[in-house]
Amino acid sequence: MTKLIVDGTEVDVPAEYTLLQACEVAGAEIPRFCFHERLSIAGNCRMCLVELKGAPKPVASCAYAVKDCRPGPNGEPPEILTRSGTTKKAREGVMEFLLINHPLDCPICDQGGHCDLQDQAMAYGVDSTRYGENKRAVEEKYIGPLVRTAMNRCIHCTRCVRFLAEVAGVPDLGAIGRGEDMEITSYLESAMGSELQGNVADLCPVGALVHKPQSYEVRPWELSKTESIDVMDAVGCAIRVDARGREVMQIEPRVNEDINEEWISDKTRHAVDGLRAQRLDRPYLRENGRLRPASWGEAFAAIAAKTKSADPKRVGAIVGDLAAVEEIYALKTLMGSLGVTNLDCRQAGEAIDPAWGRAAYAFNPTIPGIEDADAILLVGTNPRLEASLLNVRIRKRWRMAPLAVGLIGEAVDLTYPHTYLGAGPETLADIAAGRHSFSEVLKGASRPLVIVGTGALSRPDGAAILAAAAKLAKDVGAVTSEWNGFAVLQTAAARVGALDLGFVPGEGGLDFAAMAEPGALDVLFNLGADEVEIGAGAFVIYQGTHGDRGATRADVILPGAAYTEKNATFVNLEGRVQTTNRAGFPPGDAREDWAILRALSDVLGKRLAFDSLGALRRALYAEYPHFAALDAVAPVDVAATVETLAGLGGEANRSSFASAVPDFYLTNAIARASRVLAECSSLARTRGLEAAE
Amino acid sequence: MANRRLAPAAEQPASFAFSSENADWAKGQIEKYPEGRQASAVIPLLWKAQEQNGGWLPQKAIEAVAAELGMPHIRVLEVATFYTMFALEPVGRFWIQLCGTVPCDSCGARELKDYLHERLGAPGHVSADGNFSWLEVECLGACCNAPMAQINQDYYEDLTPDLLGTLMDDLAAGRPVKVGSQVGRTSSEPKGGADTLTDATLFDGSRVGAWRKRFEEHAADDTTSEGKSEAASSEQRAATDPKPAKPDAGRAAASSASDGPAQRSAGGEEPVKAGDKADAADATDSKAQPGHPTADAGVTVARAEAAGAEAGTQSDLPRDEPPPQPLASGASEDLGPDDATPPPTAAKPRKTAPNPGAPKTEGN
Repeated sequence: MTKLIVDGTEVDVPAEYTLLQACEVAGAEIPRFCFHERLSIAGNCRMCLVELKGAPKPVASCAYAVKDCRPGPNGEPPEILTRSGTTKKAREGVMEFLLINHPLDCPICDQGGHCDLQDQAMAYGVDSTRYGENKRAVEEKYIGPLVRTAMNRCIHCTRCVRFLAEVAGVPDLGAIGRGEDMEITSYLESAMGSELQGNVADLCPVGALVHKPQSYEVRPWELSKTESIDVMDAVGCAIRVDARGREVMQIEPRVNEDINEEWISDKTRHAVDGLRAQRLDRPYLRENGRLRPASWGEAFAAIAAKTKSADPKRVGAIVGDLAAVEEIYALKTLMGSLGVTNLDCRQAGEAIDPAWGRAAYAFNPTIPGIEDADAILLVGTNPRLEASLLNVRIRKRWRMAPLAVGLIGEAVDLTYPHTYLGAGPETLADIAAGRHSFSEVLKGASRPLVIVGTGALSRPDGAAILAAAAKLAKDVGAVTSEWNGFAVLQTAAARVGALDLGFVPGEGGLDFAAMAEPGALDVLFNLGADEVEIGAGAFVIYQGTHGDRGATRADVILPGAAYTEKNATFVNLEGRVQTTNRAGFPPGDAREDWAILRALSDVLGKRLAFDSLGALRRALYAEYPHFAALDAVAPVDVAATVETLAGLGGEANRSSFASAVPDFYLTNAIARASRVLAECSSLARTRGLEAAE
Repeated sequence: MANRRLAPAAEQPASFAFSSENADWAKGQIEKYPEGRQASAVIPLLWKAQEQNGGWLPQKAIEAVAAELGMPHIRVLEVATFYTMFALEPVGRFWIQLCGTVPCDSCGARELKDYLHERLGAPGHVSADGNFSWLEVECLGACCNAPMAQINQDYYEDLTPDLLGTLMDDLAAGRPVKVGSQVGRTSSEPKGGADTLTDATLFDGSRVGAWRKRFEEHAADDTTSEGKSEAASSEQRAATDPKPAKPDAGRAAASSASDGPAQRSAGGEEPVKAGDKADAADATDSKAQPGHPTADAGVTVARAEAAGAEAGTQSDLPRDEPPPQPLASGASEDLGPDDATPPPTAAKPRKTAPNPGAPKTEGN
């Protein structure tokens, strides 16, 4: 610890701190553009200049370490002045230079209102210019469908370049030319290839990079901001939903150090226009082969007529990828009261049984725990597409100190160096048997981590693969008293919650695939499952938000609420319980999902015992107490579960693993309704084809 | 300097690959750097690629270098667009990079710029005959001989519009030209010849050990020695200076003097290392055979000694013979008969180039 005097206040900070951090500890505000806590230090904007006593010139506080300061002549602690005349003059000078080439187009700039340059020019600049020459003009660049450029505004902080190179690991942007002619661009104006590229527009301190899909659409001061969480994948990123009136305009990341730090994927951000398109805004009823708009009463009556006459053995319920815990609980309770045991939430056919324990389907080490791992084996997963922010965490771990990462499955670019081990279960068997060099790596590691993707479990031999992976984890010492190195990487936001609720076939019940068989059931209640084709024969009740595959097959459609339109609980892949908050109301006659089920139960004569969300949650928490612990991961006995799994045995076949997410941009009904994501998807497909050539 | 972009697609070659010779050379460059630091070789590789491609860098070459070094394309493009020494569009057979920074500007670079404008048009365009293109660049580090221009690999200094015109004419016609100063000065010594360090005893080795001798004499006999030569008195001053320079306390570079030609000679070795000699001989093979205006007596001695060394008499020299001097950079031992002009003396700086093929600077 080193003593420093900042504006007369003495602070004691670690010697490796920068002056900027030391000033912040002392409560002094330091303006900055290029400096960002999560990126490397560039020191090129000079906005953070402060006066350091004894230094001949003001120093860039972001790039000056506390340990480099010299004491005074009589051994006094180094003194920093952030409010002195010199500092003020330095800031004004820097600001004047920054504004020399910055256009005065704030009124038409999308960054206006949340612009660092605007704010800091107000706080630290002067009110006029002495620059009479022409301003620099820079051509606009095409850098992809998600980020629009206005390069005249660029102040060359290089945050975007550093983000893509360091965090995203896809170094697409760079600064060409030099001096006044420096320009930020991608190589020959090709589209950026990162699934996190939207973050560069967030990072841009000026309006040079702005979000293309909502450009010229929104002003920050006209938005109501709701803190919520994302459901596009199972990571459960912290987001802020910005709505104008009842319409969601944009989704921005929120800081959650345990999950997404402060980044979100493009799918999370740009699924927004999918919330407006293809929405189910009223109940529909199929008559003579065609869906017609109906009233809630008609729809419920049709359901009651079918269900009451049906044998409970010929009734089933399935749950899709975006359902919240509340409606799954309501559906499970309702189906239980009807005596239905044909329940399933494992849409992809994952070989997971909640009876094995939660550790069999959760990401046990937790996301921050990845930073403690010292060797990682990925089995049948592509975390970059299945859980982008989790992949960012693995990359962060790799950047802290390179570690061995082995990949079994599709050969993909994970954004960090890894060893490609093989394509299928036989490689896993080789490693488990010690016939592969990577098994030595895992054995030698003190905290090895085995991550099994749902792509590896969603196959007929999924249980055998899970058993093999668990046995490997056990053998290499991945599960000890202080380290949980066995993880299953889920891809659907609803899955862990549904499995926690035990939404799987009961005694003699059919599983997902069996229920989807033609003629397997008479009545099928489909809560937002859009990824599978449901066979002919059954009377299908679809409750969901979008006119996607599930609605097309439905005989009755009950319009529900999307994740931005309800207060709902989701459990992320770690098992962390989080809630969304309502940012707007569902469109038209659509209602919150638990309320639809409550109303339907009344019509079916099996009234559910709750009339409000509060009452529902009370019942839920009483039955499943761990849902009450928000933002926490309930500790589970991983060792016992891994022991159970390892004992399962079974024979794996020889086919290669396939990722659970073939198309990152189109994984659910909301994303498929989005025009922006469709464009991204086609671009990614073209790039994939080009790469294949 | 305007925005630097890659050449339009129509001018881009369809492919680029290093020739086998250059590929080997590139491998040697890459091997200079430790594992994981291969990107450090980006500038040499780009330079070689430019050389191979007739003086400019096409897109495919940038991509080839990126692939060779495992760098993203944009990183190599950043380097290629940063340095003006990389031409991104086709250049003429002779690519003139005219320095326009302050020292050159104040010595007349602006007239040269006007001249090039008049003769070749706007910068960055290849002249109709394909011979020339030009560009104003920032300081090339030859300020003492300002104004100057770099044409392909060579520096041409002390230019005037007339000299530059003649130079360009000669280059275009394939006549040999003189690199370096166009007014006959040696490297960066003053115009009109050297006027310092002219004392022959500085170069004949007679001062080797003089300081120590003086010091010992001084220690033995404390009487002030008056009426000595200026050099001697300065040595004495050095000896009695209250803050004498401390050779041992100096920078590490100071010790490199122990490997100088004089020391080597004194130690009975050949004063010029064989490798250095080969390098010096290589320099004379460049297409523009330069004259080597040797303007002081020291070099004359050196040449004679070097000749002696070649004849194998070097090792027979007694230790107290005046040691030979290092050859001036680029000086050659095997001057042809054309170049056998009488060695100039220190008092008479040479005004004309020794190579009869070189332009007559006086005539201009």
